[in-house]
Amino acid sequence: MKFIANIGFGVRSFLANLGHGAALFVRLMRLFGVTMRRFGLVRDQIHFLGNYSLAIIAVSGLFVGFVLSLQGYYTLQRYGSSEALGLLVALSLVRELGPVVSALLFAGRAGTSLTAEIGLMKAGEQLSAMDLMAVDPVQRILAPRFWGGVITMPLLAAVFSAVGIIGGWMVGVLMIGVDAGAFWSQMQGGVDVWKDVGNGVVKSIVFGVTVTFVALLQGYEAQPTPEGVSRATTRTVVVASLAVLALDFVLTAMMFSI
Amino acid sequence: MQRSKNDVWVGLFVLLGAAAILFLALKSANLLSMNFQTTYNVTARFDNVGGLKRQAAVKSAGVVVGRVDSVTFDDKTFQATVTLALENRFQFPKDSSLKILTSGLLGEQYIGIEAGSEADNLKAGDRIQATQSAVVLENLISQFLYNKAAEPAPTSGSK
Repeated sequence: MKFIANIGFGVRSFLANLGHGAALFVRLMRLFGVTMRRFGLVRDQIHFLGNYSLAIIAVSGLFVGFVLSLQGYYTLQRYGSSEALGLLVALSLVRELGPVVSALLFAGRAGTSLTAEIGLMKAGEQLSAMDLMAVDPVQRILAPRFWGGVITMPLLAAVFSAVGIIGGWMVGVLMIGVDAGAFWSQMQGGVDVWKDVGNGVVKSIVFGVTVTFVALLQGYEAQPTPEGVSRATTRTVVVASLAVLALDFVLTAMMFSI
Repeated sequence: MQRSKNDVWVGLFVLLGAAAILFLALKSANLLSMNFQTTYNVTARFDNVGGLKRQAAVKSAGVVVGRVDSVTFDDKTFQATVTLALENRFQFPKDSSLKILTSGLLGEQYIGIEAGSEADNLKAGDRIQATQSAVVLENLISQFLYNKAAEPAPTSGSK
């Protein structure tokens, strides 16, 4: 009997969490205008989430470009088409790796700090205190972080892809000796501005919404104890990463299937 | 003071992101040189275009002089009608001939244009008469096998 009751409790709390999350998401979306009117708060969040993530994003992009170029060359030269290296590097970065890897890094670098910050605010009862002072914590604390993250993510993904292409060029052209003209012209022949670059930007915006929202929700829903905050931080990384990878499959299937 | 300092850094960050997007659009997707060349269209009929696609290159002496604009099927002649967009700065004689070629053994297909000897040049809307179809690997192989089968068996001993 206890077992069945447990199942019922689990399902109900799952549904309640889902409903709560959806309500928070809709509220954050509707707060767009109000948040943008106080842009100072958003700007501080962009500074915190974006500028400080720039180093890890740029360095990772560079190394991903290096590896992609080395590995791609190894495969392509078997078929005698090593000139297509530029195309391979650019397409994989712009379409998939740029948005996805930078979203995963963003979840680890910025998402965790958002969760911990808001979880600790909750544990220290700062959020309740704001509520008592008739300051809406969702509007004052969550919304600027949310929109800051959504603005930051596409910029980081673009930096990742651009640095990655330069990294691929360094290894492919400077180190291995693929012809520089073929490297760029194959890339320019095969990459479409709207279909590839544009869809990559759309993807990174979707991932920005996903990662930032998951981080904020986990922090907002965390148990107000040190243990609860640490659990919420872990959950942020796990849930956000899985969500990004699953969404990437769905988006790729929708955008590039034909 | 803290505020205004943040402003500068955020501005720099946004600028960097915008520069990255611009780099991707210009350098990797070549937004600039895509629409800047004015072109004129000529058509040609092929018995078989093989794997020729839109945007495939049109090359003369190995240099890209235009792009394939469209590939359609004509059910009156049962041939493929290919529209070529040639760049205005390149002029070709009216009796130039087209060939569908492949870059490398398994590479992309493109159209090679060989200049003829006539004095008049091709104008927009002209149709190029001399065309040579794509080489379809399967047909070659089946032809080869068919010829092989038609030969008398070497070990039959009657020879």
